[in-house]
Parts: sequence; structure tokens; C-alpha cells
Amino acid sequence: MNNFDVTVIGGGPAGLAAAIKACDEGARVLLIEREERLGGMLKQCIHDGFGLSRFGERLAGPEYVERFMDKLSEKTVDVRLLTFVTRIEKTAEGFCVVTVSRDGLERISTKTIVLATGCRERTAKQVFIHGTRPAGVFTAGTAQHFTNRLGVMPTKKCVILGSGDIGLIMARRLTLEGAKVLGVYEINPTPSGLTRNIHQCLHDYDIPLYLSHTVTRVFGADRLEAVEICEVDESYKPIESTKVRVDCDALIVSVGLIPENELAESVGVELDSHTKGPVCDCQLMTSVDGIFSCGNALHVNDLVDFVSASGELAGLSAAHYAKKAQCKVNIKIGNEFLYLVPQQLDLNADNSRVTFYFRSKAVREKSLLRLTVDGQEVFKRVYPFLRPPEMQQLVLNMDKFAVQNGSDVRFSIEVAE
Amino acid sequence: MKSFNCIGCPKGCLLCVEEENGEFTVTGNTCENGKRFAISEMTEPKRTICSTVKTVFEDAPVLPVKVSSDIPKDRIFDVMREINAVLLDKRIDRGDTVIENVLGLGVDVISTSDILNRK
Ligand SMILES: Cc1cc2nc3c(=O)[nH]c(=O)nc-3n(C[C@H](O)[C@H](O)[C@H](O)COP(=O)(O)OP(=O)(O)OC[C@H]3O[C@@H](n4cnc5c(N)ncnc54)[C@H](O)[C@@H]3O)c2cc1C
Repeated sequence: MNNFDVTVIGGGPAGLAAAIKACDEGARVLLIEREERLGGMLKQCIHDGFGLSRFGERLAGPEYVERFMDKLSEKTVDVRLLTFVTRIEKTAEGFCVVTVSRDGLERISTKTIVLATGCRERTAKQVFIHGTRPAGVFTAGTAQHFTNRLGVMPTKKCVILGSGDIGLIMARRLTLEGAKVLGVYEINPTPSGLTRNIHQCLHDYDIPLYLSHTVTRVFGADRLEAVEICEVDESYKPIESTKVRVDCDALIVSVGLIPENELAESVGVELDSHTKGPVCDCQLMTSVDGIFSCGNALHVNDLVDFVSASGELAGLSAAHYAKKAQCKVNIKIGNEFLYLVPQQLDLNADNSRVTFYFRSKAVREKSLLRLTVDGQEVFKRVYPFLRPPEMQQLVLNMDKFAVQNGSDVRFSIEVAE
Repeated sequence: MKSFNCIGCPKGCLLCVEEENGEFTVTGNTCENGKRFAISEMTEPKRTICSTVKTVFEDAPVLPVKVSSDIPKDRIFDVMREINAVLLDKRIDRGDTVIENVLGLGVDVISTSDILNRK
């Protein structure tokens, strides 16, 4: 059978939650994953800390995601592994999803699509570093794959560029396995990873963190031999006089994640320049009628519990999808925000329990979040502090705020008294 | 007074601990776990370990494991040595014990994945 109500693309935690939910709601569901095993990124995230809010337990990544895999195996979801979605086409009934697998090319017809394709890492090429291109320069996720899935140590003595969570977690992991992590170098004046990871991954193992520092050059012909480190000024310009050469056999880059949305873009889904994920309404439907987005494809989450929740919402919405008139109102944000999702409100939908996720652009002390509708304040909340690495979750009944077609709906953050 | 960040959850509260005659006063925490963590950091710091053990199986050369509960922080590398000495030749399941009562610490090293066992 190649005819479905809901086709979920991506078998990580977001896709698993979406498929399970859509199936529970009575839809005929297909789940497509390009790897040989479900689980997504969590297959290699062997550290613990997953599932605190959902299960009240500190689970390792595989433990968390396998609970969903166990649940899925009790459902009637059609699962296709080692299958890659190459194209999405619009049809009269919905969509045609084109896949490639060992069985060749296949065309699947589906009413709706849930995009759960996760995110990818920014690479060393996307940061400006002089010098040769020796082996030994790789992303933290690649180092994690080598260490945790293949059991191969990628370094004996390394430098980590960027203080993202994956980099911090790998600093600890490599140290535990006997490697020397010389330091974590962050170009920004504040760390980009969670405070608790600075504490438990760096402080615990006496790994130094250098803020306002970056790697400006790599040395080595075949294999990396050393990197050049420089302090930077307020405009991120390297300060020549601070140059030092540090000998190492690997440079591990942890400079951020970007939602994976090539498929989405190819079918005309509008992306948000802040999140790099689709612009969605509160049901997680994108600008293309019938296509939904969730998990790290929608925006980069720091908690997998939120990823699963967004998957469930996308799965629920897709299962109940029916073509109907929409009345979308944009939700505006001030410059104080890094981003806010969802970005739109469909007034013809049920918005009695909308979950917003947002990050502030800068580290802020006591702050007041305010929501106004046509200039009238309808909601406010005080936060003791806001930090970009720590995503905030806010649940609101948007139906009671008398939002009309064309209303000005606006979130702002200001200093609280 | 000592101050450090809590590692209990992503909030990462900045905890301050004051000691007076063996009594601890904790501020900056937003829950009971924070208080417990602060006191344990002052008396007997504990951590968990998540790692992998080698296997003889080609489809999964390593199996993710963890300690069944927190161990003293200063024993981390001792336990790592035990974990790295294992070569697993049985297709065990998630939750199964890999090393019982490791180094007599009263905790087991257990598997955190069914990768060796899932059809
Ligand atoms: C190193 C690291 C550490 C982390 N630490 C924590 C932590 O401590 N606590 C926490 O809660 N969260 C943590 N996270 C976050 C967590 O891993 C992610 O939130 C979660 O994995 C995202 O789930 P997802 O389903 O959106 O994406 P993914 O897990 O990336 O899954 C996406 C899936 O889609 C598949 N796919 C993509 N494109 C296609 C295609 N065209 N065709 C078919 N399949 C496709 C991919 O193969 C992949 O399996 C961490 C993440 C990383 C990378």
C-alpha cells in the first residue's frame, strides 16, 4: 500500500512522537528514516539528562528514545528504514513523496506530511579559519559518532572551538576516555551552552574555558599538528599580539546547529530567518497547506522533552487535517528576542492551549515579558533572568485575547522593576 | 561561603552554601533537589558516568552503559578503568547488568540501549 493520511519524514524523537500520536488518532501513518535504525541523534547521545520533564527521570539518550521505539512497535505504523526522501510534489489529493531505498525509487501518495528531519551541525567551513585542510578537523557530532557508535577515539589531544552543548559534552566524554582536552575556545563573551554543562563537563574535569577567543589558523599537512589561538576584541576582531600556537591532533568544532529544511524549501515552505525553520501556526502547520513541522527541524531545541511534545502536536494536527479556510495572523516579536515559535495564529483553529517557545537575544537580568493585542496588554510575566541558551516555554489560551483578522499581536521584553 | 551552579536540570541555578557548625544554609535554589545537590557538593560530591563498553559484535562495536546511581566524584576514573576492561560477548538488553557492584561501590554498570537485541 502506498497511500497514507500522514507521512512522517525522519525517525528521531520528533518523528517517533508524531507517528505514534497520528496513529493513535486513527490515521494511516508511514514513517520514513534514512538510517538503518530509528532514534535520530539520540542514538549517539549516550550521556544522561534526557526525559526529566516527561518521565521525571534522568535517562541516557538511547533509553529515552527506545521507550518511543517500543511504543511504536505496538502500533500499526508502516516503518521504512534505509529510505531517503528525495523529493516532495504537490498533487490534487495532497502530496507525492519520492523515496530512494535498496528497492529503488518509489512514489508514495499522502494527504499530509510531517517534517521531522532534525538539524545539522555548522561545520569548520562555515567559520573563517586560515591555513591548510588537514585531517583532524571535525564537528563535535562527528566526534560523538566515532566515540559512541563506532568505539573509535578520534583524538589524543584536542582543542574545542565553540562552547555549544555538544562540544561541552564531548569535552567530558573524550576526557573520560583518556584524551587531553586542552581547552574550549568561545568567540563570544558568554558561553553558548547550558550553565550546568559548563559545570559538570568542564569544571568537574578542570578543562579551561576561554571566552572571547577563537582559532585563527590550522597547521599540518596530512594530519592536524597545531592551531593558532587569538583573543578577539568587542567587534570580534582577532588581537594580533595575543596569538599563540597550541599543539594538538584534532580541532573539534561546536559552533551551532541549523534546522535541516532542504526538502521543506524545495516544496515552497516559508522559512523564518531567525529560527531557520518553517514559519508555523499554533498547530505547527507550515505555509504549505498540509505540511507540518516539528522537533529540531522547526527550531533547535535544547531539551528533547520539548522535541517530543512538538512531534505529538504535529502528529495530532496532521491526523485531523482537513482542507479549510484559514485566517492567519502574524505574531510579532521585538528585537529583544532571538526568536519565538510558533510565529502565526490561525484564527479558525482551536488556540485555547498554545505552547510558545522563545529565546532572548542577550543575557538579561530580571525581565518582563509582555503580550499586547492591538496595543492593549493582555498578558505579562516576570522572569528572574533570560539567557539565549535556555529556551523558555509559555502556555497561553490565545482564544480569550479577542484577536481579530488583521490584529497587531506582539510580544516584547523589557527590564523589570 | 561557596557558590556553584546546580546540575540537576537545565535551569542551572546558582547555588550559595553557607556552613556554620556543620549546618548548611542553601540559597539560590528553586527546588528541593537544588538544596540536596548543594549539600552533597559540600560533603561528598557525586556524579553519574555514562560511557560505552566494547563488544565482539560487528553491527554494534560498542554498547552504551551508565552507573545505576551516582558514584563519588573522585572514583570516576577508577570506574572508567573497569568499564574499559569489558569486552561483551552476550547480546544483552537495555537495563541488563554489565558489571555488578563495580569496585564494591554498591552500584552496577548497566546497559542503556537495546541495540544488541532489537530485531
Ligand atoms: C550532542 C547533542 C547533545 C544533546 N544533549 C541533549 C541533552 O542533554 N538533553 C536533551 O534533552 N536534549 C539534548 N540534545 C537534543 C536532542 O538530541 C534533540 O533535541 C533531538 O534529537 C532532536 O530530535 P529530532 O527528531 O528533531 O531530530 P533528529 O534526532 O536529528 O532526527 C532526525 C531524523 O531524520 C532523519 N532524516 C533527515 N532527513 C531525512 C530524509 N530526507 N529522509 C529520511 N530521513 C531523514 C535523520 O536520519 C534522523 O534520524 C542534544 C543534541 C545533540 C546533537
